[in-house]
Amino acid sequence: MGWAIALHGGAGDIPKDLPPELREPREACLRYCLKMGIDALKAQKSPLDVVELVVRELENNPYFNAGRGSVLTSNGIVEMEACIMDGITKNCGAVSGLTTVVNAISLARLVMEKTPHIYLAFEGAEAFAREQGVETIDSSHFVTPRNIERLKQAKEANKVQVDYNTRPIPKDDKPPAPSGDSQLGTVGCVAVDSYGHLATATSTGGLVNKMVGRIGDTPIIGAGTYANKLCAVSATGQGEAIIRATVARDVAALMEYKGLSLKEAADYVIEESAPRGTTGLIAVSATGEVTMPFNTTGMFRACATEDGHSELAIW
Amino acid sequence: MGGWAIAVHGGAGVDPNLPAERQEEAKHLLTRCLNIGISALRSSLPAIDVVELVVRELESDPLFNSGRGSALTANGTVEMEASIMDGDGRRCGAVSGISTVKNPISLARLVMDKSPHSYLAFSGAEEFAKQQGVEMVDNDYFITEDNVGMLKLAKEANTILYDYRIPITGLESCAASVESPIHMNGLPISVYAPETVGCVVVDGQGRCAAATSTGGLMNKMTGRIGDSPLIGAGTYAGELCGVSCTGEGEAIIRGTLARDVAAVMEYKELGLQDAVDYVIKKRLDKGFAGLIAVSNKGEVAYGFNCNGMFRGCATEDGFMEVGIWE
Repeated sequence: MGWAIALHGGAGDIPKDLPPELREPREACLRYCLKMGIDALKAQKSPLDVVELVVRELENNPYFNAGRGSVLTSNGIVEMEACIMDGITKNCGAVSGLTTVVNAISLARLVMEKTPHIYLAFEGAEAFAREQGVETIDSSHFVTPRNIERLKQAKEANKVQVDYNTRPIPKDDKPPAPSGDSQLGTVGCVAVDSYGHLATATSTGGLVNKMVGRIGDTPIIGAGTYANKLCAVSATGQGEAIIRATVARDVAALMEYKGLSLKEAADYVIEESAPRGTTGLIAVSATGEVTMPFNTTGMFRACATEDGHSELAIW
Repeated sequence: MGGWAIAVHGGAGVDPNLPAERQEEAKHLLTRCLNIGISALRSSLPAIDVVELVVRELESDPLFNSGRGSALTANGTVEMEASIMDGDGRRCGAVSGISTVKNPISLARLVMDKSPHSYLAFSGAEEFAKQQGVEMVDNDYFITEDNVGMLKLAKEANTILYDYRIPITGLESCAASVESPIHMNGLPISVYAPETVGCVVVDGQGRCAAATSTGGLMNKMTGRIGDSPLIGAGTYAGELCGVSCTGEGEAIIRGTLARDVAAVMEYKELGLQDAVDYVIKKRLDKGFAGLIAVSNKGEVAYGFNCNGMFRGCATEDGFMEVGIWE
């Protein structure tokens, strides 16, 4: 028993030769967010508050695919989505299609707490944001030069693949965009306090060059995000695969219906249910355990438990 | 063991005072849709095609809350959503915020078959629909006089619920005593539009599929998404079964109802009816919902914990049943 926290900045085909200028800022952010989360847990903040504040910080960091730094749709804009769930009550909130809301995860929380609904999207969600007076900003704020470049590469790769039916030619030895770090999706945080209360939060810009209006796994309860009395889970990777495998719910279901431990359940889902190369997840249990398995090349992640264990890694 | 099976539903949570002729109309529609599905199954159409076909029929008929006849948003417009899943391979497609596509379930199918994604919504989904050349109509097409009237009552009921000085009018048609009228999703049962239509099928090859479609909650906030387009909540199909749910959307989402039927079959090795009963009993907390399900063994089952569910089911050995109440 005791508190535990884990957070992620996305799973995907993260090249092992990721240059320092891309690796170091992300590691620094994970370290900073982990500390924020730990301090909040030590200050007896509820897990719901903890996961929200950590994900807000990850959204604000331009190096991760959420909030500022979100990848772009085929139209060159951002469409952000997020989801939050409280394990004890199973209350949840989700939003999709946001273009001006600075912190999608906080809007998701407001949907949960201030409406009779669970999920609001696109114009309806933006209108709700204005009613609630949350911080909004011109959508250009979220767009970074790196993501403009990623979109360009993704479009060229698609074009090349259609024209020549071969693998696209890498630029400057970087891997071609569609299979490189543009697969990176999502940020998330899961936490449990010393009373065994659980919460999870996930936020993302989605898939590079996605069709306008495309919704991924993040806001779908049971796919990218899920928490109940046993565990809290946040998944990342290829949205379509995570939806089909109902990843987050399955970790909890295996614990409940098959009596597996947190680690066994998470490993089963990663190894058996979700196709190789598509999925990573972080999870904590009511008894203070933590696990962070993935079947992709890497996953930006960090965790800590009350007994002093702590970890930060990419591969 | 084996053989095809099919179930359809037109929503859970029915006004106990629903006039007899409306009940008859509903049973006729369910029967007609079952027969459409049965013919298709007899011609060996695969499960995924059958569920789409049947739900199209339910969407086109104004009686239930989907397609034409959808419940209205707080703005008086229609925003429809749907999802479809093919148990063979667990491919899926979903749409939300549809306002001009005549058959949302077919658009969901196109998302599954013709797009690189699983779920498209609002203007992006409508744009995709145009590109695919599906049949589009004005939003007015979906709006019925009945629902315009219901929306007005729903708005009044919401006001009434929060203002204790105003006597509770509009509820006197509800058979349940006025002191404790039945409510679903915050609305009196007399104005609640049972959310959703759905169909689940297992074909002669043992392949399962599920499809669900809805206009959503009467008087919902614009942009509100319910359980129907969410894979694992309102719809799910895998190797063992196909499931479609209906009722209080928020309760179905939190309970990941459709996925849980399959999960208890997979992980607790329960049979279909036991799995359905388990989920209805244990996964809904204070929520009200119902569901229909088929198994790859050719069985069909349904369950609900609320006041009635419009449903019909049939199996290859000749069994056929259409009902509303317990």
